[in-house]
Amino acid sequence: MTDNKKIQISDLNVFAGKFQILKNINIELPENKITVILGPSGCGKTTLLKCMNRLTDLYPELRVTGDIRISGNNILAAKEDIYKLRQHMGLLSQRPYPLPMTIYNNIAYGLKLRGVKKRREIHKLVVHYLQQANLWEEVKHRLREPASRLSIGQQQRLCLARGLAVNPGIILADEPTSALDPISSQYIEQKFLELKNEYTIVLVTHVLRQARRIADYVVFMYLGEVIEQGDVHEVFENPKMEKTKLYLGGTFN
Amino acid sequence: MYILNRWQRHWANNTWMIISLLVVATLPFFLFLGLYLKSFLLLHDYHLGHLLFGKIWKPGIGQFGFFPFIVGSIWVTLLAMVISAPICLLAAIYVTQYSKTRLLRIMHPAIDILAGIPSVVYGLWGILVIVPFIARYLGPLFGVDTVGYSILAAALVLSIMIVPFILNILIEIFRAIPVELKEASLALGATEWQSIKQVIVKKALPGIIAAFGFGLARAFGETMAVLMVVGNVVELPKSVFDPGYTLPALIANNYGEMLSIPKYDSALMFAALILLVVSLFFNLIMHFFIIRYNKY
Ligand SMILES: Nc1ncnc2c1ncn2[C@@H]1O[C@H](COP(=O)(O)OP(=O)(O)OP(=O)(O)O)[C@@H](O)[C@H]1O
Ligand SMILES: [Mg+2]
Repeated sequence: MTDNKKIQISDLNVFAGKFQILKNINIELPENKITVILGPSGCGKTTLLKCMNRLTDLYPELRVTGDIRISGNNILAAKEDIYKLRQHMGLLSQRPYPLPMTIYNNIAYGLKLRGVKKRREIHKLVVHYLQQANLWEEVKHRLREPASRLSIGQQQRLCLARGLAVNPGIILADEPTSALDPISSQYIEQKFLELKNEYTIVLVTHVLRQARRIADYVVFMYLGEVIEQGDVHEVFENPKMEKTKLYLGGTFN
Repeated sequence: MYILNRWQRHWANNTWMIISLLVVATLPFFLFLGLYLKSFLLLHDYHLGHLLFGKIWKPGIGQFGFFPFIVGSIWVTLLAMVISAPICLLAAIYVTQYSKTRLLRIMHPAIDILAGIPSVVYGLWGILVIVPFIARYLGPLFGVDTVGYSILAAALVLSIMIVPFILNILIEIFRAIPVELKEASLALGATEWQSIKQVIVKKALPGIIAAFGFGLARAFGETMAVLMVVGNVVELPKSVFDPGYTLPALIANNYGEMLSIPKYDSALMFAALILLVVSLFFNLIMHFFIIRYNKY
């Protein structure tokens, strides 16, 4: 059962026409840990995340080969139930995209998709997930207001609550704090540290200090390839590859 | 050379801006005033209710009932919207959400070309294709005897005319919605259709209303194409297979011709006034809805 939080990626390749975005990716993401994916812009981090919840299906120009296994199932297989799969993978994107509805319904939307039908149950869970994302106190008086009226930092926490509401086992976060102020970023970081007891977290970030603060496991990518991966201390204190050293040293172009 | 100092420049710029703004802002008012004054002769002698709801149009004996024209205009416009609105919406959704980008690239210029065709051409095409089609097939199919020149013919021609117009706006609106919003919904386990219905369309709603509003206004004011196929019979249409008459057609057919009849030109001005007021009213309602749904 705990196995369904472990992600094994083997020989993953992604092509866009002749251009190869991801090249022979082999990683094993440990469960209930925070795995940080590092790498310069354009190296394919977002694409890697999108493979994991099959959002790549949305782009007919992308061709994906290889295996991504969660509890033994290859989720790239055609017969995989992608709706179940996506609910198993909470997504937090670079900028918050609140759904065009009220704050309350932003959470209820996912709950209904998950199959919660009773109104009282929905209400209870909405409150629960807003509390989980440290948002409840700020919005409890304005649940029926449009979500777009919240500040960006609040919106990102709403997106986190919304993602948690579908009851995922894994959280995919693509630079979730890059649009946020330091305080809101800290909120999210703190939350991740709490959440990793229950979830496996995959985090893409450009902030090396953030990676150092919260990562357990680090994957360094460059031009679509995984250059180095390992325990956070290992990679940060004793990088084996020249490129990793340069990147972590900040002297990368 | 005389050089303005900063204050003078500032003043000069501002004045021009204010003047242009005033011109734009008061234009509808002056239009209204002009038409009102010109139709005053009629309004002075007749009850407004009699003009608007009177069913008899006999200018020769001083009977000015605009009701048949108003009903004709409304029928034609609404029917055209009912036909084209769902088509446009579904087409825009398909092109922007489901199809490959190549289709969009091909369709855009094609739609622009359609939108640029003069309305006379649509009218002619209506006479050559739609009218006989209704007379020969559609009418008999419903057990109606019709010559083809009818409310339905006008509505069909009109709906085809406004499709490119509405579709263009709708496509722009759907394209302006970030993919990430759809991805956010899909990532929660929603199906593509659920995401479109509950998220994308909702986000686009103010724009969709605006697009339909523009289409409606366009259809309501369209003169030439309608005039050519609607039949131009002053009569309250009982079904869509009956011929009718519309307000713009009334003005276009008669202005400058029957002016020997007393108050006739005043009556045509009044028709224009009705058109103006209804258009303004449409606009007002449209804005109300846009504001109402724009909060997300
Ligand atoms: N649908 C697509 N079609 C073609 N090329 C694509 C597509 N999606 C991504 N790419 C290309 O794949 C490469 C990796 O993109 P990706 O967004 O995964 O990078 P990233 O590591 O997330 O960068 P950043 O740090 O800037 O977010 C880029 O060169 C991008 O242009
Ligand atoms: Mg990215």
